Amino acid sequence: MLSRVAENIYWMARYIERAENSARIINVNTNLLLDLPIKVTLGWEPLIEITANKALFKELYPEGTERNIVKFLVADQRNQGSLLSSLHHARENARTIRDIIPRDGWESINNLYHNTKVGVAANLSQNKRHDFLHGVIAGSQQITGLLAGTMLNDQGYQFLRLGRNLERADMTTRIVDVRSVNLLPEEDEELKPFEHIQWTSVLQSLSAFQAYLQNVQGPVKHNLVLAFLLQSRQFPRAFVHCISEVQECLKKLPRDTEALMMSSQIIEKVKKTRTASLTKKNLHKYLDDLQLQVLKLGTTIQNTFFNLQ
Amino acid sequence: MPIEWKTYSTGSAFDELIEKTGKPRAWADSLSHDFSSLSDEELNAKRIASEVAIQSMGITFTVYNEEEGNSIDRAWPFDIIPRVIRKDEWRRIEQGLVQRVKALNLFIDDLYHKQRVIRDGVFPGELILNSKNFRNECVNVNPAGGIWAHICGSDLIRDNDGQMYVLEDNLRVPSGVSYMLENRAIMKRIFPELFKNYHIQPVDDYPEELYKRLAELSPRKRKNPEIVVLTPGIYNSAYFEHAYLAQQMGAELVEGRDLFVSDDDCVYMRTIDGPARVDVIYRRVDDLFLDPEVFHKDSTLGVPGLMRAWKKRKVSLANAPGAGVADDKVVYAFVPKLIKYYLGEEAKIPNVPTHLCIDKKERDYVLKNLDKLVVKAANESGGYGMLIGPQASKKEREHFANLIKHDPRNYIAQPLITLSTTPTLVDHHAEARHLDLRPFILSGKKTYVTTGGLTRVALKKGSTVVNSSQGGGSKDTWIVDVKDK
Repeated sequence: MLSRVAENIYWMARYIERAENSARIINVNTNLLLDLPIKVTLGWEPLIEITANKALFKELYPEGTERNIVKFLVADQRNQGSLLSSLHHARENARTIRDIIPRDGWESINNLYHNTKVGVAANLSQNKRHDFLHGVIAGSQQITGLLAGTMLNDQGYQFLRLGRNLERADMTTRIVDVRSVNLLPEEDEELKPFEHIQWTSVLQSLSAFQAYLQNVQGPVKHNLVLAFLLQSRQFPRAFVHCISEVQECLKKLPRDTEALMMSSQIIEKVKKTRTASLTKKNLHKYLDDLQLQVLKLGTTIQNTFFNLQ
Repeated sequence: MPIEWKTYSTGSAFDELIEKTGKPRAWADSLSHDFSSLSDEELNAKRIASEVAIQSMGITFTVYNEEEGNSIDRAWPFDIIPRVIRKDEWRRIEQGLVQRVKALNLFIDDLYHKQRVIRDGVFPGELILNSKNFRNECVNVNPAGGIWAHICGSDLIRDNDGQMYVLEDNLRVPSGVSYMLENRAIMKRIFPELFKNYHIQPVDDYPEELYKRLAELSPRKRKNPEIVVLTPGIYNSAYFEHAYLAQQMGAELVEGRDLFVSDDDCVYMRTIDGPARVDVIYRRVDDLFLDPEVFHKDSTLGVPGLMRAWKKRKVSLANAPGAGVADDKVVYAFVPKLIKYYLGEEAKIPNVPTHLCIDKKERDYVLKNLDKLVVKAANESGGYGMLIGPQASKKEREHFANLIKHDPRNYIAQPLITLSTTPTLVDHHAEARHLDLRPFILSGKKTYVTTGGLTRVALKKGSTVVNSSQGGGSKDTWIVDVKDK
């Protein structure tokens, strides 16, 4: 299989997944803010940091208002990381491999981009946003399902899964990170009830609440939620699950040794973590480090399969 | 109203199917009856079926839209009434094409070696010095099998008197063959009954014949040489064809950036298994974009070092770089002489009479008769750089007179030929529309000619422009074994 074709499939999958999770990030923050006690004021600015775009935002917008930040993260195509840019990149990658992906897949990606582009301006206000973003999530999941249900399970398909799971692992850590920067002072007894509500919000924004209750069979607690979202092998959006999927794909591909070794190491490391010890101080740093590991794994995959000379 | 030959007006042009109003050619009697016996509903159903087939088979051609930054795939415009040629006539045309391409290949090889044809005074040397498509880089190169133009598409037209002429030879990257194949696939879907009743010669062996000739060129002698189709990419108007042929041959469809030339001068493609050596490249990229080390420095469509690899015979290119030198309309004028010179034979298909403006006497004649002639630039195609004298304004004629005086070598003139017509479906009846024919000739150990070729038809009444980008469509071409009654 040509490296270019494999690379296009891989990035198409990553961008679709990124668009979906960008919508989830906005939704989780909206929900968290709604549930905050009056005396705590936390805003939208952390999102810019979590999506690693501080400098560009400052260049383009005078103020970090909710309106500006949501616009920047969802609709602004000057921001290569915005939701709309992700859909645009997904479409550009899909376009060059139209002969390889199922025709319906191309059409769905094309439609999702066009509909989002047309609808985005009128749907960013707080009361319309949720439904609109939910539409993007549903649209992305439809594409993922359609490709899973119709694409030939050959090497190309392994690159699709590889891209999707690597991106999902990364984005799950970022969504949890939204919570970490909004963590409340632990010693404040008055804020204790909010703790529960907020972790529930994180679970909900990853469509994980129901699965959590079934799997953990206990209360929503900080260390258990983190264990579920990071270490579960069973929940499809959990970090370890995603990296295990990456590992499975790599086993089916040639020239896999280095990337395979790296993914095993990442899984080992995360499984060993005592999630109870991830508190306000070090959770953000821990997640940052995971993102770095995923980045390194991505670079290795890139060099192994795509950038050869 | 269904098709009625009584009301079909043939006009002044030669009609391929109908001798004169109401009277089909004797050999086409039963076929024309089959069409006129279809009711309006049946005709409509066939037409819709053809459109559905085109949609679902995804047959498109690409028009690039600057504004949108998008390429638009348009459905292929197709007419359901076939263009029919008798098999006995086709056999003669086929022989003429084989002869022609053989002579052209000998001519190209001669030009890049000893230039006997010039020393013997048959072809004027100064024409080569000024040719845009002569490549100094190709001098003394010996491509595999001694063949330069492996794939040739020659355009044939028929004049008022029924005589077929060659209008031009395309030896660079001729396109259209995929549409010929797809047109047949559509017709089989919508008229299966006709294929039962007539002896329509098949066309489907083209991809296999192409594969065979490409495989012959492999520098490594192995059972399954690595053959790739090199495309400029998805924005190219012929991308559909590139993808189609690659798929039909089971070859990899690559872009320039998928390939690289290594220190061993071999060409490799980047695959997920690592570099894989390439033996033969069917390139659909023009010469000047092939290798930025040698030609256009800023070309991103090509592969740096490709010419080096080709000259050292580590890889074969089809067509060979430099083959386009015989694509020149000035060279065209000499083809009958070249056939005589290289093969000792008379040309079996005539050229359209051609005036070379570089010759003073002919130039004077052309300048005096611009209102009767068609003037063409020597190296343009697709209907560009052309003056149709009888239809042009005075100002346009003056403009061309200046162009000719300024650069006589680059212009030729020909009498206006009225392209033949054939019945074409317009609403629910048939009208005469002008057409041409592009057969494809594959050269190798044995020469192969497509059975028929791509018939292009001008869908606008009276128009002779058959290009798909300018309102042209196409028809299936049937070579039919018939007997005169």
